[in-house]
Amino acid sequence: MGKKKNIIISALLLLALLAVIMILEQRLPATHIALTVLKKGCIYSLVAVSMNLLNGFTGLFSLGQAGFMLIGAYAYAVLTIPVDARASVYQYFHGGVIQFSVPVFAGLLASGILAAAFAWLIGLPVLRLKSDYLAIATLGFAEIIRAFFQWDVLGPITNGSNMLRKYPSFTSVTFPFLVCGVCIAVMVLVIHSSYGRAFKAIRDDEIAAEAMGINLAKHKRMAFCISSFFAGVGGGLLAMYQSSIQSQTFKSAMTYEILLIVVIGGLGSVTGSCIASFLFIACSEWWLRFLDVETKIGDFKVPFLRAGFRKVVFSVIIMAIVLFARKGIMGSREFSVDGICKFFKKRFGRKKEVKL
Amino acid sequence: MDFISKNLPYLLAGISVGGQYALIAIGYTMVYGILRLINFAHGDIFTVAALVLVYSSTIMPLYLSIPLTLVATVVLGLVVERVAYKPLRNAPRMSVMISAIGVSYLLQNLALYITGGLAQTYPAIPIISNTIKIGPATTKIVTVVTPVLTIVLVFALMQLINHTKIGMAMRSVANDFETSRLMGIKVDNIISMTFVIGSFLAAVGSLLYFTNYASVVPTSGAMPGLKAFVAAVFGGIGSIPGAVIGAFIIGICENIIKGLGWTTFSDAFTFALLIVILIVKPTGLFGEKATDKV
Repeated sequence: MGKKKNIIISALLLLALLAVIMILEQRLPATHIALTVLKKGCIYSLVAVSMNLLNGFTGLFSLGQAGFMLIGAYAYAVLTIPVDARASVYQYFHGGVIQFSVPVFAGLLASGILAAAFAWLIGLPVLRLKSDYLAIATLGFAEIIRAFFQWDVLGPITNGSNMLRKYPSFTSVTFPFLVCGVCIAVMVLVIHSSYGRAFKAIRDDEIAAEAMGINLAKHKRMAFCISSFFAGVGGGLLAMYQSSIQSQTFKSAMTYEILLIVVIGGLGSVTGSCIASFLFIACSEWWLRFLDVETKIGDFKVPFLRAGFRKVVFSVIIMAIVLFARKGIMGSREFSVDGICKFFKKRFGRKKEVKL
Repeated sequence: MDFISKNLPYLLAGISVGGQYALIAIGYTMVYGILRLINFAHGDIFTVAALVLVYSSTIMPLYLSIPLTLVATVVLGLVVERVAYKPLRNAPRMSVMISAIGVSYLLQNLALYITGGLAQTYPAIPIISNTIKIGPATTKIVTVVTPVLTIVLVFALMQLINHTKIGMAMRSVANDFETSRLMGIKVDNIISMTFVIGSFLAAVGSLLYFTNYASVVPTSGAMPGLKAFVAAVFGGIGSIPGAVIGAFIIGICENIIKGLGWTTFSDAFTFALLIVILIVKPTGLFGEKATDKV
């Protein structure tokens, strides 16, 4: 199959997926859990792909994703709360200092840009570090950002440690899908550009890449900023989804969850990250729910089943994947029509040969 | 004089917390020294130690439940090492780190399941939770016991590392994995020994740390764990005296900042310190200079 044909088929598949989602949305009741999974799943896949761009494609082991999401979420919320709702949201800070609001898309864009700007600043010192030290420093920065946003002095802007709410949010599933789809598409384009190839070269061997004339500092900073931009947009979307935010939500546990999603999907596979996000969210929110409910079969009470057991089973599964299937679902391959054809040819083609 | 009487409680609390961080930090620094692994699960092992004491003290007297806590924590440390880190010994370093994060996630969720997400009341350990007066400040005896106990334990550990056969083996494994194996050192046993010591000290640290608090929640070990890690990096990761000094500095600074009324920033300060040290002197105060060969 030619490259063009491939692209057309993939585009058609994506359109079909969108159509399925739109139909699902109309058929299912608005509170159905599947819709929640779809909304949260696509936001998580955006953030997971952004983390994969950094950890899987550039080889920079960063654990600051929750911090950038926090910046994005706050930027979006602060900028888009309607002017007449501000007095009630900022009730402890006399209505806050910002007395204007921007449209939703401008807010999302601002959340990305602000996160990227922070990343640029943080990157100046931090990107000189390597492997574990980089991980710890970015984790530290995420914690500092969290403390900073809770600071009372910034209260007129960030509302201190109180909740931000009453900003516009979404109810349809199509909206986050379109936004995340566009963002992921942009990241795929970046990965396939010459910059993306430079990122991969840095991942495979920094010294060799430098010898080939790749400007290490520039490309690392670039990957860091792009990744943070999309993490910021993801944070903004998450704020919309939750309809109220607080900096407490964005703890390092959130970064760990996203990192585990990336690992389950496969470091260095965009489609892997997307699939893993939906699986992760579906398992934790929906499919494993039955483990949290005390059940009786006849007179026999099934042991262990009570609130919280779902998470234990879930983390055991994750540990099993981390230990025994280290490459994750996709490894570094991508999900494609070609790949599926080859897979089936391999399986079923051989059987024919045997028959002959 | 007024200044001292005002700040003495914070200074005392700082020294005490510093000692507790030091006990956790040793676990981080020893494991990093040997495996080059940031053991993200160490903070959660610290929490589990507290929970074991909470539950065991309800069914048995404290003089039984405290030794049980120490033993259970050591066993947990060993099991984590055998199950989650040993199979990945030849894998890239990042996989082991991810595995550590996975263990941390598992332990937290397990604690959440067992406690039902409710804060558990920490039992008052007699003697060390009594109050005493030092000059103008009133404090618990644990504040005084902690630094002394910390120094005694560290001294014993240094003796073990510098003057016994097993200590010599540990130093050699930290220096060169492969050569030590060739020299007939059972590397796996030495690594297990490191986890035993680290978990034991974390359990002692947890006994002292939670005496100052009324209750335990599943995530209450995460922050002290991270701070102890920062202390280990600050002192030069892999160096035990460095970790202890780093922990005391962080504990004291943090409490003085709280005393100045900047409580929001007491956590942020620790990480700011980490970033400054990583930029100015990435090997920490006492770390050895590592050179990368191409």
